[in-house]
Amino acid sequence: PFQSTSWCCQLLTFKMTDQQKEFQELARKFSREEIVPVAAAYDRSGEYPFPIIKRAWELGLMNSHIPEDCGGMGLGIFDSCLITEELAYGCTGVQTAIEANSLGQMPVIIAGNDFQKKKYLGRMTEEPLMCAYGVTEPGAGSDVAGLKTRAEKKGDEYVVNGQKMWITNGGKANWYFLLARTDADPKCPTSKAFTGFIVDADSPGILVGRKELNMGQRCSDTRGITFEDVRIPKENVLIGEGAGFKIAMGAFDKTRPPVAAGATGLAQRALDEATGYALERKTFGKLIAEHQAVSFLLAEMAMKVELARMGWQRSAWEVDNGRRNTYYASIAKAFAGDIANQVASDAVQVFGGNGFNSEYPVEKLMRDAKIYQIYEGTAQIQRLIISREHFGRFKK
Amino acid sequence: MSPASVFVCLSLTLLSDYPVIRVKPDNSGVVTDGVKHSMNPFCEIAVEEAVKLKEKKFIKEVVAVSCGPTQVTETIRTALAMGCDRGIHVEVSGKDYEAMGPLQIAKIFAALAKKEEASLVILGKQAIDDDCNQTGQMTAALLDWPQGTFASEVTIDGEKVKVVREIDGGLETIKISMPAVLTADLRLNTPRYATLPNIMKAKKKKIANMKPADLGVDMVSRVEVLRVDEPPTRLAGVKVETVDDLVAKLKANGTI
Repeated sequence: PFQSTSWCCQLLTFKMTDQQKEFQELARKFSREEIVPVAAAYDRSGEYPFPIIKRAWELGLMNSHIPEDCGGMGLGIFDSCLITEELAYGCTGVQTAIEANSLGQMPVIIAGNDFQKKKYLGRMTEEPLMCAYGVTEPGAGSDVAGLKTRAEKKGDEYVVNGQKMWITNGGKANWYFLLARTDADPKCPTSKAFTGFIVDADSPGILVGRKELNMGQRCSDTRGITFEDVRIPKENVLIGEGAGFKIAMGAFDKTRPPVAAGATGLAQRALDEATGYALERKTFGKLIAEHQAVSFLLAEMAMKVELARMGWQRSAWEVDNGRRNTYYASIAKAFAGDIANQVASDAVQVFGGNGFNSEYPVEKLMRDAKIYQIYEGTAQIQRLIISREHFGRFKK
Repeated sequence: MSPASVFVCLSLTLLSDYPVIRVKPDNSGVVTDGVKHSMNPFCEIAVEEAVKLKEKKFIKEVVAVSCGPTQVTETIRTALAMGCDRGIHVEVSGKDYEAMGPLQIAKIFAALAKKEEASLVILGKQAIDDDCNQTGQMTAALLDWPQGTFASEVTIDGEKVKVVREIDGGLETIKISMPAVLTADLRLNTPRYATLPNIMKAKKKKIANMKPADLGVDMVSRVEVLRVDEPPTRLAGVKVETVDDLVAKLKANGTI
């Protein structure tokens, strides 16, 4: 994508490599041919789209971040975002179920030791398994420091008690990344109080709640999970006691660009559907696309989609080039989440009365879009991060 | 002895679901600039069949071949990602490419098949942009090889190939000796996706480059396109109340 040469000047290019074009072609073909036709049915039934997930897994469209020595493809964030955007175009419910794997795996990829990586990442490439990222609780979402789930060291194990909520893939995961408080002292700083664990889903004491019925992305499996005296062997601690907060946050720099890409895919879909409709529907003697009110609306939608795309591309490129991308990742996610909602809502508007109806594809997009302003760091949290980063840069 | 190599000959065509193909203002052809091109769907089926035959161990090697400008290498790469072992790109560009038709392509494929001692040449039955349905047949004729066209089922039986052909009257089963030319019809198989790992592996596979002159093929066309026109716009119909009205109208405009 953006290439830089090491000699005199930095060349910025938007050109994709042949391989990236092929990846995108594959993902696009799969999405249009296999996800789009079934998305509405999965949305209505709420059934977990396992057949599609399995197919995506067979084609290598999932788990792209897993390193090669664990049987994965070790793709960079940019390449996986390319794929994510195409899958999201088809259905963000399906794409979120797939993306939750990346989110759950990321702490292990960035902080796992060889044993943990081979054991928990290796199995993901051998069969189509799901995993989940277990951080949020009923009482603490944005305020990660307010987590109450406790992990107490007892001999060679940790005993975990607490409740997690809104865990994507909660009912389908083979294992969870879990963040729990290991230091009971309330004065202990956040950077030392939490520990990251890998927990096998079949551990005794794990109670999986009911599938939550949400506004959108309905086929994705979201649940509350209760931990009652769940025992985790010390081998499953990532890095060491107290290192959890940094790991959990570090994962976001790599998972926010794909979430932004997902929101962009949804927005592109909304734009395409609205444009197609505008070129067919007639009113007052001409196509609605020929009325400036509608064409201006579509123009603004197009502006937002293009810029959202550039947002995720830049943030992915930054991290793939070994640089800290927090500033760009937050901007990409915040912007893409906001415009996905605007563009989806505008798409419904273009469709008029038809847009409000479930026989047409855009009302689903509007319902699916909302969560992009909430999960993976709310729109407000992103603004906190961006302003902090911005002031940090300004003072330099 | 199992056949050594199978040549799959690919065509790059205008994408069929592109909304509107336009005729050039000078009526010399259709506008191809900026129109999405991709592997001809029947050629995808041909690739799939060749790869399947290799997986069943009937053949050792599948070579993907295509003629055209640089863009054609993308098509060959896709074939490699689907499972072909290596590729050959016969470079034809500019005026030669515009004038290139089934005869020139057949000459190239025939020359290559002879040079590389292929046992089977598989093509798509026709390209969806020009619908010629000639290249396979011409290739077989130039090679003086038997042909199994419109194949909906292919079985290798020793030194022979059993081909079930889709014909107007139904299905015809023939048995032909190898080396032979086959052309793939719609129901032969469902082409696989090129998986991501295979796309990455395909990068390491070789695509050889050559020109028609290297094969001793002259590209001069024997066909001159005089004119290309859009089909006439469909006229509005007329509704009639009774059968008598219908007969009267048909008589009036001379149809009966």
